[in-house]
Amino acid sequence: MAGSIAAQPPVTTRTGGRARRWLPWLLLRTGGVLFVLWAVATITFFAIRLIPGDPAEAVLGGPGSQASEEALAQARREYGLDRPLILQYLGYLGRLLTGDLGRSYSLRAPVAEVIGENLGGTLLLALLSLAAAAVIALGLAAWSARGGKGASGVSSVLEIVGAAVPHFWLAISLILLFSTWLGWLPPVSVPGPAGLVLPVLTLAIPLAGFLGQVMRESILDAMASPFVLAARARGEGEGGVFWRHAARHAALPAIGLAGWAFGALISGAVVVESIFARPGLGRSLLAAVQLRDVPLVIGIVLVVALGYMLVTTLTDLADRLADPRLRRAGR
Amino acid sequence: MRRPRPLELIAAAVLLFLVLAALFPSLLAPGDPLAIHPAESFLAPSWAHPFGTDESGRGIYTRIVHGAGPSLVIGLSATAIGIGLALVLGLAAGLGPRWLDFGTTRFVEVLFAFPGLLLALLFIVIYGPGVVTSTIAVGLSTAPGYARIIRSQVLLVRRAPYLEAARVLGRGPAVRVFRTLLPNLAGSLFVLVTLGIGQSIVWASSLSYLGLGAVPPAAEWGAMLSAGRTYVASFWWMSFFPGLFIVLSAVSTTLIGRSLQNRVRSA
Repeated sequence: MAGSIAAQPPVTTRTGGRARRWLPWLLLRTGGVLFVLWAVATITFFAIRLIPGDPAEAVLGGPGSQASEEALAQARREYGLDRPLILQYLGYLGRLLTGDLGRSYSLRAPVAEVIGENLGGTLLLALLSLAAAAVIALGLAAWSARGGKGASGVSSVLEIVGAAVPHFWLAISLILLFSTWLGWLPPVSVPGPAGLVLPVLTLAIPLAGFLGQVMRESILDAMASPFVLAARARGEGEGGVFWRHAARHAALPAIGLAGWAFGALISGAVVVESIFARPGLGRSLLAAVQLRDVPLVIGIVLVVALGYMLVTTLTDLADRLADPRLRRAGR
Repeated sequence: MRRPRPLELIAAAVLLFLVLAALFPSLLAPGDPLAIHPAESFLAPSWAHPFGTDESGRGIYTRIVHGAGPSLVIGLSATAIGIGLALVLGLAAGLGPRWLDFGTTRFVEVLFAFPGLLLALLFIVIYGPGVVTSTIAVGLSTAPGYARIIRSQVLLVRRAPYLEAARVLGRGPAVRVFRTLLPNLAGSLFVLVTLGIGQSIVWASSLSYLGLGAVPPAAEWGAMLSAGRTYVASFWWMSFFPGLFIVLSAVSTTLIGRSLQNRVRSA
């Protein structure tokens, strides 16, 4: 990494070039996000046509669902299945633009409404897990940086857990340990903070493994670098050196993992919410897949794709704000 | 050559056991994994049944040993599908003309917007649950990640002098790809496969656990866990041991994969 920085040509700083530096980036990013969302919508549209059999029946749960004639007629009308494919496609895109995601046949409610009701629970779970993972990872990194002997052992165990332990088995083991044997925490998600502890831990522990791996490396790098030496020479205490200089240095690579972490949290939420019987987007998605509720699955997939694009764009923005080199390079 | 570390030896031993179990299950566990013995249901681990018995009196140990084959085959097939798709995408992007690289890279970016298991779930809702669809689904959702890695590997190798030499010698494009390029990628592909098997096993068993892959009473680890789900609080061994074997196989393939990675890098 140091090599690529040194290899960059010297840049002349311009005053008043802020808009000129930000505008192309903004246009490029917005265009990119719109393109991906369009492509995702297109893929899901044609995915419905891939379902074997009558598309109207497929939308209502496949041949086994024994949908009533009225329901079939309503699905044909709603999806315009008697019109030419191109008109159906344009109608689908048009409805998406107005936020109309169709109707969930299993819940007999608009998909947008179902998603609205379940989004909050999953967001809370994901954000708390992310925060817990960051705290664990930073703590381990701080321990390593102070030369703690056990730190690298604990970190490598967490790394392996993160790479190889499925969420459901971690959840079962935590339930066995904390609910069945110790009796400290409820085995299902009850309202209130106690019910959140085990779901959050299940999602946070593997994530902390990955985050910790990245952060430990960059913090150890930073602790050995000249700017830390300079800070020490100025007489800063160890705590100040770590938090003000080294930890900040480690934030960038960790932020780079955000898009990946978002995917891991959503996939994890599918498992964790169903094990702990916690209402949320993940559990709705699983139920929708099990019941082959195609409109609901596609609605949730689209919302997750939108969320993923938001997270990666914000990540990119954070990178540019935190690292002036990227801005000057005019990327 | 570095001497293997004790952890790597343990991982290799675990893998050896799993491969033996997959190839000759009756050698390690003579019993019938599907035979029902109602009188022996829900027995705690003992000498006769090292991992206890399930609701129909079937030995968990016997079922785990007989489940090694299906579980490993699902993991391997999913990895093969993922790497195969990724190889097509990665080679097209890395070797093709600029517009093809641009198009393929954008396509992979779009696939990344279905993060984690989302692509798998979308595939399953289209083609219905089951062992075959869930295996393909897992392969499909791992493909974008592999494609990105393979593309960057191809771009690295493409400029290598031996490819230039092959071109100067008048070898055709197909010969160059299959006889020169792929053999040189084989090392890193092998590492990718080893690291990928663990993830595939974990994801495929997650889908079985959620009731979207293999279904009970099949002796597949994820399906066994799914069956034990109802009894977690009272009969922990029904869930604990199948899960332990999923974790053991994923951890040992990951450890071996990392050690291979280090060897390939330092070689």
